[in-house]
Amino acid sequence: MPIPRFWREIKQRYKGIGSVCKNCEKMYFPPRKICPECRRESFQNMEPVELDGRGEVVTYTEIHEPHTEFDKHSPYIMAIVEMKEGVRLTGHLVNVDLEDVESGMKVEATMRKLGEESRDGMIYYGYKFWPVDE
Amino acid sequence: MRDVAIIGVGETRLGELWDKSLRELGIEAGLKALKDAGLKGDEVEKLYVGNMSAGKLIDQEHIAPLIADYAGISEVPSTRVESGSASGGIALAEGFKAVASGMEDIVVVGGAEKMTDVGEQEAKDILSSTADQEWETVFGATFVSLYAMMARYHMEKYGTTKDQLAQVAVKNHSNAAKNPNAQFPREIKKEFVKNAPMVADPLGMFDCAPISDGAASVVLCPAERAESFHGKPVKIAGIGQGGDYMSVHERKHICTMKATERAAKKAYSRAGIGPRDIDFAEVHDNYTITEIMSIEDLGFFKKGEGGKATEEGKTDINSHIPINTSGGLKAKGRPVGAVGLNQAVEAVLQLREDAGERQVNEPRYGLIHNIGGTGASSIVHILKRWS
Repeated sequence: MPIPRFWREIKQRYKGIGSVCKNCEKMYFPPRKICPECRRESFQNMEPVELDGRGEVVTYTEIHEPHTEFDKHSPYIMAIVEMKEGVRLTGHLVNVDLEDVESGMKVEATMRKLGEESRDGMIYYGYKFWPVDE
Repeated sequence: MRDVAIIGVGETRLGELWDKSLRELGIEAGLKALKDAGLKGDEVEKLYVGNMSAGKLIDQEHIAPLIADYAGISEVPSTRVESGSASGGIALAEGFKAVASGMEDIVVVGGAEKMTDVGEQEAKDILSSTADQEWETVFGATFVSLYAMMARYHMEKYGTTKDQLAQVAVKNHSNAAKNPNAQFPREIKKEFVKNAPMVADPLGMFDCAPISDGAASVVLCPAERAESFHGKPVKIAGIGQGGDYMSVHERKHICTMKATERAAKKAYSRAGIGPRDIDFAEVHDNYTITEIMSIEDLGFFKKGEGGKATEEGKTDINSHIPINTSGGLKAKGRPVGAVGLNQAVEAVLQLREDAGERQVNEPRYGLIHNIGGTGASSIVHILKRWS
């Protein structure tokens, strides 16, 4: 991914900042400029909000044919996670084997390196998930 | 709006066609369609080309005039249509609108994709670019992994099994065995599908459609003029296009494609019929789970019963609602931006009773269904036998 494109969303990716519609109170992650429920009435009425970082697995898969940039992780687990606040996101699930993963499992977001351009190039960081006890 | 007819169809063989370029594929399909309609070429007033990613796959943009030029009709206005893997289907809808509106009479709609000029890994990364690059793939999700998560969700929620997924592949390969244009015209055994190397659990290699080169084309005209041409016409009875959130994680019902439900609802309403009136369908089976989800979303089976119905043979070629008589994306092939036109070609052949060994019994209505990406766009066309 080109550097400026990644850089624009750094704050949201590093800190898990979504947005909340001040018109209907619905929360979104990734952040949106317009609430799909309220549409025009929500414009300039969306405020940033930081996610707590905890949630549970909705569904998951183990990837055996990875993206070029994730080659060294193969096989690795991807999951859709529903956060405590109700929003869902997609991320890499680490520190667990496939046979120990199940839907409903509690997980927590953690900041990790996602990839790098080259040995001397830009390093991409973002959230991944790992299991937590409760 | 005027009624619109398809008066000619043509397609190339699908597969790894190393010796053919994108423009050659597009021209071959277009010329076959013109010949089928009994036209010379100078009657064409407008060309639409469905193509997903020529810019990335062959480093060539601006391909609609390129194909028009090499087809010998450089003076004809041409437009490329892109909506991920639904590019072909949506190009057909644009062609329909041009004729229905009264703006043009003779319109050619083609779909073409050249995927094997890049390596297999690169082609798969390009397919992944139809998901949200900033919020899905950057975190490691591949295109197939997003469908794999829908599959697991469907299995856990409705008890769908790997056996049922495998049966989709077995059935579609069995249909493709009767299709001379198919990339994989041969039968496969269920055990073979189930024991194939894993791609994204629970989807294995034989749950996935291939990477393909190929093109397909149709000729449209106002229904009132359809009988004055050489070919056997088929009517476009209704079209519906639907949309949904780009990312899978934004959708509350992960294994329901609202875009397909919305598209189908509009198409049925415009055709004045319901799912029970459909005699066969070409359904977007980029992965086995997608066919199971789609036959539910299109209203042929209740949500959650698609896997069981497939296992019981209710979508076989001799059943009430044969699904993917062509072999589908799975076995006929997936030239990604052309898929919607490949589906249209099969539906027209079936409705004209020109489908040879794959012919279903006297069909009246056929439905074609084309999904963009992981379901942020979807398009349904209902085609009707001429008389």
